[in-house]
Formats: sequence, C-alpha cells, structure tokens
Amino acid sequence: MPTKIEVAGLRKSFATDKGTLGVVDDVSLQVGDGEFIAIVGPSGCGKSTLMRMIAGFIPPDSGRILIDGMTRTEPSPQGILISQHGSVFPWLTVQENLMFGLNGNESTREKIASADHYANIVGLKGFESSYPHELSGGMLKRVEIARALAVKPAILYMDEPFSALDALMSLRMRNELRKILGQERHTVLLITHDVEEAIHLADRVMVLSPRPTRIQATFEVKMPHPRKLTSPEVQQLRVAILKELGVESED
Amino acid sequence: MSRLRQSLPGIAIIVLLIGAWWVSVTLTRSVIFPKPWQVVTGTVELIRDGTLWMHIGASLGRVGAGFSLAVLVGVPLGLWMGWMRGAYDTLNPLFQILRPISPIAWIPIAILWFGVGNASPIYLIFISSVFPMIVQTVAGVHTIEKRYLRAAENFGVSRYKLFTQVVIPAVLPQIIVGMRIGLGVAWLVVVAAEMIALRSGLGYLIIDSRNAGNRYDLVIAGMIIIGLIGLLLDGLMRLLEGLKIVRWRYAH
Repeated sequence: MPTKIEVAGLRKSFATDKGTLGVVDDVSLQVGDGEFIAIVGPSGCGKSTLMRMIAGFIPPDSGRILIDGMTRTEPSPQGILISQHGSVFPWLTVQENLMFGLNGNESTREKIASADHYANIVGLKGFESSYPHELSGGMLKRVEIARALAVKPAILYMDEPFSALDALMSLRMRNELRKILGQERHTVLLITHDVEEAIHLADRVMVLSPRPTRIQATFEVKMPHPRKLTSPEVQQLRVAILKELGVESED
Repeated sequence: MSRLRQSLPGIAIIVLLIGAWWVSVTLTRSVIFPKPWQVVTGTVELIRDGTLWMHIGASLGRVGAGFSLAVLVGVPLGLWMGWMRGAYDTLNPLFQILRPISPIAWIPIAILWFGVGNASPIYLIFISSVFPMIVQTVAGVHTIEKRYLRAAENFGVSRYKLFTQVVIPAVLPQIIVGMRIGLGVAWLVVVAAEMIALRSGLGYLIIDSRNAGNRYDLVIAGMIIIGLIGLLLDGLMRLLEGLKIVRWRYAH
C-alpha cells in the first residue's frame, strides 16, 4: 500500500496572554492509500489543530506534511474537511450545494447529473431542491458528505463529523459511511472522542496524549466489515484504548 | 381570529386618541386646530382636485431616486470595505464622522451645490440612507461564519464563485436590513427636504398649507399620509425578507 499522507515532526504552539501554549508536540504518522485512520484523544488536546494542519488550513511551526510525496501548504479539493458544525451553505439548495465544488469543464447538465448521483448515494433523493433549513441534522450531514464525495477527493478529513447527532443517527451515519467507502475508495482521517466509533470504522486507531499532544499509542483493528460492536474483540480493544486515555473500565 | 385580537389594542389606542382630539378641540372651541372630521374632508378635497397624487408622486419619485442611488453606491462599497481590510481602515473613520451629521445640516450645502430643484432633496436622501447601508453591509461581511469561507477555500472555487455563491448570499439578509433602515431614513428626510423651496411633494404640501391661510386640516392630513406611506414602504421592504434566498436567516 503506497503512502498517501506522511506527517513528520509536526509542532504547533499558540501565543496567549500567559505565554506560548504548546498544542501539538512532535507528531509523526503515515497513512496508506485507502486506509482509514481514527485519531482519538481527550477533549481540548489539540486534535482539531492537528487535523487543520494536515488539511492545510493552518501552517505548522515546524515539521512537514507530504501528500503523495508532495509538500502540502494549503487546502485543496484533493482533501475535503468535514467538521462537527458542518458548512453546508444555508442559502443554496441541496443540489446547488452538491454542485458547489464542481469547478471543472463539465456542462451544467453533467454537474447536475453528478450532484443527483451523490444525493442518491447518501439517500437524499427527492430533496434536491430543498433548502438546508428544511432538513434534519442527519440529512444535513448527508449533504455535507455528498458535497465532499462529489469532487472525488482522495482524502476525507473528518473532524468529529457525527458528534452533533443523536446516538441513533450517529450509528446510522457510521454504517452508511462504511457502505460508501465500500463503493468509493478514499483515504480517511477521522478525529473523534468516541472510542466505539473509532473501532467501528477505522483500520488503525491512534491515541493522542493530553496537550501538548503527541501520539501515545496505535492500535490495529483487524476485524472485517461490517463489524459487530458487541463482539468480545471489539470490547477488548475498547477497554485497551480507554485505558490509554486514562479511563479505567468498570470491571 | 387571533390576529384580529392581536391588532385590537393597537386600533383601540388610535380610536381613543382621535376621540380625545375631537373632544378637546370641541371643548376649547379652537378656530385654527381642526377637528378629525375636517381633516377627512380636507383630504377628500385634495383627492378631488388631484393635488394629493401629485404630491405623493413627487415625494416617492425623489425617495426612489435618492434611495436607488444609495443602494447602488452603498452595497458595493460596503462589500468592498467588508472584504478588504485596507479599504475599511481607509474609509471607515471618514464615514463614522459623516454618519452622525443630520441630513438637515446638509441643506444649505445641498442648495449651494444643487440649487433648489429636484437634485437637492435627492442628494439629501442619498446622503442620509447611504451610510446605514454601508454600515450594515460591512457588518454583514465581517460576520460571515468562518466555516463557510473555509469550505469555499477547501473546494478551491474561483473568486467570482466565492463572491456570487458565498459572500453575497451570506450578507444579503444584512443588506436587506440596511435597505429597510435606509428607506425609513430616506422617507423621513424627503419631507424635511421638501419644506425648503420646491413646489411639490408632501413636505411642500404641509408648509404651503400653513403659509397659505392656516389650513391646519391639510397639515394634519399631510402628516397622516406621510405616516401611512412610511408604513407601506416598510411593509414592502419586509417582503424582501420572505425571499427564498434569505429565508434561511429567519427560519428556525
């Protein structure tokens, strides 16, 4: 498996009134092409900062980010960021949102066809002309994912994508994301505080330390999809990851 | 039914006020201050000889011209100032000084520059309604949520698309608020401006009615008509808030 993302020696600190605040401290990682990596860590540990650096939105103080062996300095449609609060444009219809990223030379008809195709994939058929405020939180998340998929990005950066949804909807979206990844090949970097979500979706789970954050442990998840969350392997892994995070399990 | 009940107290207070007016004029036997009924007959008189429509048309025409000009200048300027830090830093101090100057204070200069024709009131309307629109539009640009700009950056869209599909639609609700305020001020100012030297308009009607024989019935008729048209204009601007493209801002 060729390396898609290579991060080496990434550091970031912010200046505050009380002096410099180290946020990310020497993070290195490699993500293979088509691999699904989940990064879990305590809240406020610098997960989002790390993700935004890798996606090219903020520059690191030191270290480098290589995508396909090329240095990444700014965001690109090759890697789409999906964040917790979402960024579906409320003034555009679902279809217009899905067409937003299509900047190529395709004709309008081809763009509409492509938008409708992805609306269909995420189960939004029939809602193409709806406005976001007419949709539920789960459907909005689908629009966000479909808009990202429509530009066929090599990488999806997902920053707590489902944490604003209720538990049931979050589980449903996880299953659908897995189904989509079965059809379309993407490298995924997922940030989450939900250990179960990480095990459910990822090929590898990386555990971050408290701030300034670094990678504290990495777990391979070898079970085939679809994964059964009640299986003993999953439970064992969950206990081990939680232990890394400093949470002793109840037994 | 509930809407009727909701508007009932509002109507009641107006009826009460008219009643009190009627009673007090009757009791004091004022010869100059008219009774409500005289205002009605005065208005009918104005409608009959056609001058009312002429005055309303003249005032609306001036507001239309000055306000349109203010929209054409204020909105693009506000977008530019909101987007370009340098433009904001350069122009904002000047505008903050010009903004609190009452349009009435501009009257002598307007007469000096534009004479006593239609250009003077149009200029006064322009100067009074352009600043609220600039301020609202700038505020609109400054409060665009970063996540939307980040998404646009992520998808690598052209500058043209960034403006037409992200910045302008995001600011549009604020632009409409600015237009509402601007039109309100414009209507306020046209009457004052017409009191100067023109021979038409509702402001002229009021001053002329007083000067030409103390026709206070027509003065009050003019005032009430100004109030009603102002209400109507605001209602029209509120219709803009119902447009599909801005409904996201108000729907919750």
